[in-house]
Amino acid sequence: MITLNINKKTYNVEVDPDTPLLWVLRDTIGLVGTKYGCGVAQCGACVVHLNGEAVRSCVTKVSRAVGQKVVTIEGLSEKNDHPLQKAWIELDVPQCGYCQSGQIMSAAVLLRENKNPTDKDIDIAMNGNICRCGTYLRIRNAIQLAAEIQRKGK
Amino acid sequence: MEFRKKYILPVKKISVIAIILSVIVFMSFGLKNEPAITITRNEIVNKDSIESVKAFMDVYRVLMSPRCMNCHPAGDVPLSGDDYHLHNMSPQRGKDGKGLYAMKCSNCHQPTNIEGLNKPPGHPNWHLPPANMKMVFQGRTPNQLAKQLVNPKTNGNKTLAKLIEHADDGLVKAGWNPGEGRTVPPLTHEEFKKAWVTWIKTGAYAPPVK
Repeated sequence: MITLNINKKTYNVEVDPDTPLLWVLRDTIGLVGTKYGCGVAQCGACVVHLNGEAVRSCVTKVSRAVGQKVVTIEGLSEKNDHPLQKAWIELDVPQCGYCQSGQIMSAAVLLRENKNPTDKDIDIAMNGNICRCGTYLRIRNAIQLAAEIQRKGK
Repeated sequence: MEFRKKYILPVKKISVIAIILSVIVFMSFGLKNEPAITITRNEIVNKDSIESVKAFMDVYRVLMSPRCMNCHPAGDVPLSGDDYHLHNMSPQRGKDGKGLYAMKCSNCHQPTNIEGLNKPPGHPNWHLPPANMKMVFQGRTPNQLAKQLVNPKTNGNKTLAKLIEHADDGLVKAGWNPGEGRTVPPLTHEEFKKAWVTWIKTGAYAPPVK
């Protein structure tokens, strides 16, 4: 039995400790906001936070999460009102939406560590999240808007 | 005039030739294996520049192989694969060598290798050298690399004793356990360590500049 802390809730799951966290989140617990894109940590669709750091859940064994704090896209904010979520809605960022959870989770780390990111900072931070629909320009604009929302404390 | 031709001009010629030969002799003293740096004597067992340089060329082969050079790049993005291409996603070195934002090295490179092809290799202390002492291997000649390795100002503040110990550093040894689909360095760790220690203990000489 493995005990996990996900989005401030405790879950007890019967899984092999080597199971990728992604599948425990999706199949065992039912948190399907985090997506499978490649399975080899190359696309970023599976990004979740482990103690605040962005890990790729497709290559992270669930044993690594024991005793740690996991946050998925569902738990980024209590009322879906994280500055990034507000900006994403305001600028209508997603097309198919598949990559967007991972995009937001990666961007959240950027905005926590850099309150005023430049375009270059955004490039560096978001290079690991790919989008087949090509929403990159809107992602960049949304990150800038979210930074502004965050600075103004909205 | 006869006297000048017979006695003065030959003396001038001989003098010029002697000067040129002297210069050549003095210059030849510079064309030798040089100690990479002035060092203390404790770690040096038997100074032998020929043996030292020979051992270093084995060290050089290993350090310039992908498993070592990939984390000692000239730029701020690690290299990847057996062809030294830029690491996918361009994760950045950052100030402390541990990455930036959502791509900190240890986010994906976990304490152990993840099994399977194309999965991230791992070690508990995965990182690049810090920005203020990049310890670049990429592009270094043998002469340059040898000098860089023994200078505490460029080698991570290591004394020669620490340098000898470094052959058994965990992250160094991880190069010989790189995960599926990656080649190991051209010597075994044991062979590398022997060459490393030999190089240092025979004087840590740098090969000549070519």
